[in-house]
Amino acid sequence: MPRSTTQQALRDPDARARATWALAAVVLLWPLLLVAQFRPADLFDARNLKVIGGFLGQFFPPNLNGEFLGLALKATVETLAMATAGIALAMVLAAPLGLALSHSLSISRIGPGPGRALGEALRALTRLALLALRGIPEIVWALLLVRAFGLGPAAGVLAIAVTYGGMLGKVYSEILESGDTRPARVLLESGSGRLMAFFYGLLPGSAQELASYTVYRWECAVRASVIMGFVGAGGLGQLMDQSMKMLNGGEVSTILIIFLLLVLLADAISSAVRRTLA
Amino acid sequence: MSAPTLAERRGALGFCVYCWGAMACLMAVVWASFAYLSLDLARLFTRESAGYMLDFIARFFPPDLSAGFLRRIAQGTLETLAISAVGTLLAALAGLLLALPASGRLGPVFKAVTRFLLNFLRSVPELVWAALMVLAAGLGPFAGTLALALHTSGVLGRLFAESLENAPPEPARALVESGAAPALAFVYATLPLITPQLVAYSLYRWEMNIRMATVLGFVGAGGLGQMLYYELSLLHEPQACSVIAAMLALVVVVDAISAWVRRGQMRQGG
Amino acid sequence: MSFELAQIGLVHANGQRALRAVTLAAARGERLAIIGPSGAGKSSLLRILATSLRPTEGRVSVLERNPWQLPGAELKRLRSRIGVVHQAPPLPPRQRAITAVIAGRLGQWPWWKSALSLLYPADIAGPREQLARLDLADRLFERCDQLSGGQLQRVGVARVLYQRPELLLADEPVSAMDPALADLTVSQLHSEAAARGVTLVASLHVVDIALRWFPRVIGLKAGEIVFDLPAARVSDSVLRSLYASETGTLPTQDNQPLDIAPAAPSEPTARKIIPPPRVI
Repeated sequence: MPRSTTQQALRDPDARARATWALAAVVLLWPLLLVAQFRPADLFDARNLKVIGGFLGQFFPPNLNGEFLGLALKATVETLAMATAGIALAMVLAAPLGLALSHSLSISRIGPGPGRALGEALRALTRLALLALRGIPEIVWALLLVRAFGLGPAAGVLAIAVTYGGMLGKVYSEILESGDTRPARVLLESGSGRLMAFFYGLLPGSAQELASYTVYRWECAVRASVIMGFVGAGGLGQLMDQSMKMLNGGEVSTILIIFLLLVLLADAISSAVRRTLA
Repeated sequence: MSAPTLAERRGALGFCVYCWGAMACLMAVVWASFAYLSLDLARLFTRESAGYMLDFIARFFPPDLSAGFLRRIAQGTLETLAISAVGTLLAALAGLLLALPASGRLGPVFKAVTRFLLNFLRSVPELVWAALMVLAAGLGPFAGTLALALHTSGVLGRLFAESLENAPPEPARALVESGAAPALAFVYATLPLITPQLVAYSLYRWEMNIRMATVLGFVGAGGLGQMLYYELSLLHEPQACSVIAAMLALVVVVDAISAWVRRGQMRQGG
Repeated sequence: MSFELAQIGLVHANGQRALRAVTLAAARGERLAIIGPSGAGKSSLLRILATSLRPTEGRVSVLERNPWQLPGAELKRLRSRIGVVHQAPPLPPRQRAITAVIAGRLGQWPWWKSALSLLYPADIAGPREQLARLDLADRLFERCDQLSGGQLQRVGVARVLYQRPELLLADEPVSAMDPALADLTVSQLHSEAAARGVTLVASLHVVDIALRWFPRVIGLKAGEIVFDLPAARVSDSVLRSLYASETGTLPTQDNQPLDIAPAAPSEPTARKIIPPPRVI
């Protein structure tokens, strides 16, 4: 006897799919938790509690004596300088690569005209180069550069310049290809050079997005500079590393407060830039 | 054709005074940064340092591709992936919990307190959290997971709170007016509206956290980073080269997958 | 010869055929109008003349060069001698009118002059003069997103006038303008071409402007040239067969019915001539 329509209509068509997904999620989650050695009980292990407890206990009050504050201020300026110099160099690296990569500035595409194959090959090479630059984490670059250049901010600045140059280059080319590319293409079609077609045709429309992303990356670079300090590139990271190795909770809490202030500052700068360019 | 008038000359200036001033300030800040760090970049391009760097790079090749080491690298990659996945998952849950008060649904006091907490969580770099978690939970990937979870909940919490604030209140209000409890109204009406956005943010952060997780090992939080730090400090450059290659491969594959997913979503009109 | 097209065919990437066996030539100083229904291929033909589209069949010669055999630098120079007025003006919204007009000479200026003009225009009087010809002198320093559609089209025309090209191409240059401004604009293009003895080719959807201003009219339909006549010999029946599939009235700028007596081709004097309005 055929099943009645009421009986068929009572079954939720989504139920089987949902059950499968839920089961898959659980099945995947368990080994992940194992591999990540997810053992919340470790947090309450007696030895660890003693160490972190004592450390946290020194957090209040934060170390605000003059000498340390002077050191911290100097380290903060060093970190900010590293991030700014690094992003400046990254832009120098990314601007030509991003312009070369974006096909909205390609003359050989008009028609299509001569030089198409060479253009595509160059673009593919540029894409690979950018991938290699940003694929390796900046701290790895920093570690290598410290081995090559010795301790100090130079390694940090170059590491940021290289990695962020790759990131900025890729995103610059994407920003230039999205949006309205007609003005630039029309300029190229009337004999303008590529660089001028960018300035007169693409830049007016994409300036806000380009600047916005660059400021966001500067903010990330400030955090990255801190991290590089852990491998000897100076700045707040190195100071934090030393304080933590000595388990000096007061100094660490001061530095944490400085991090908070830095992030708030970067936020303010970001929104100010976005407002002026709107 | 007459020469331009004075008014025209003044009007022709491309930018307002404010913009010129801002650009000049920016240039000054950049120049000051270089000066403060007394970077001698010219040194980079001398023949001597080029030779030195080439020597250094040569020590990395050929990379160690022995079966045993490759197995360890595979383990390290899995560990890194697991750290990033569990960390992001925890962060998404915590972020959602914190986003509720942070979007103002529980009153202004809770909003201020949770916003401060979220800002604090995200202002501390992941590596610093990792160093702290190593103290709290011992060496190994658990510290890395906690570090990622703590930092990312600050980031996701803020993004989720913004989504919640921008979600239209009418659906939930309609349910409340017909007698549903506010919590249920939230789950049935508001949550389905914002879930796609929350998932998108979380997946994006997961992609970034995979990169981060490779690095957290530098302070002993497991994964490929710990392997790299270990090999480099023992001056085992060929082994370090293999680990770096694995990091690069991982980032490239994740990039390709997310680009493919994004293209698929665009085709669906998502 | 200003340009020569021999048996030009164009097939789009999706397989659609846009042009079929088009043969067209013009001497220097000629003024041609290309008319036809929508989708006839007028824009494609103009883009081939502008060297921004490569035909799939046939031979092209523009300003006595074959553009697709030239090396990059010479192609660039050739393109700077061709000016194109687009139907939808390619102007970035946040750019000022003066910068938009100055961009016309980017292909001719040295790089430092173009770069400097981003900050302070190297030439203010020149763009002012061109905008004044189109009744826009008071908009010299306004941003493009503060201009109406018709004003933007005129800024696009001003840019091409400022470029001083040897071959002037206009793709529906007055579609967004009212009849008076349309007449002004076309009259300026006409007087520029006449004064400097350069070729002007305009594709127009409206017939009255074509007949009034252009001594030679080309009819294009479904990618093929249907007729190539002096304006005086373009009769009502010729036009109706061209626009056969469109609505009953022929398209005009002011949507008034077109006044053409159905004269036989051997009696050109019987045709009523609509005098062009006086240019300000």
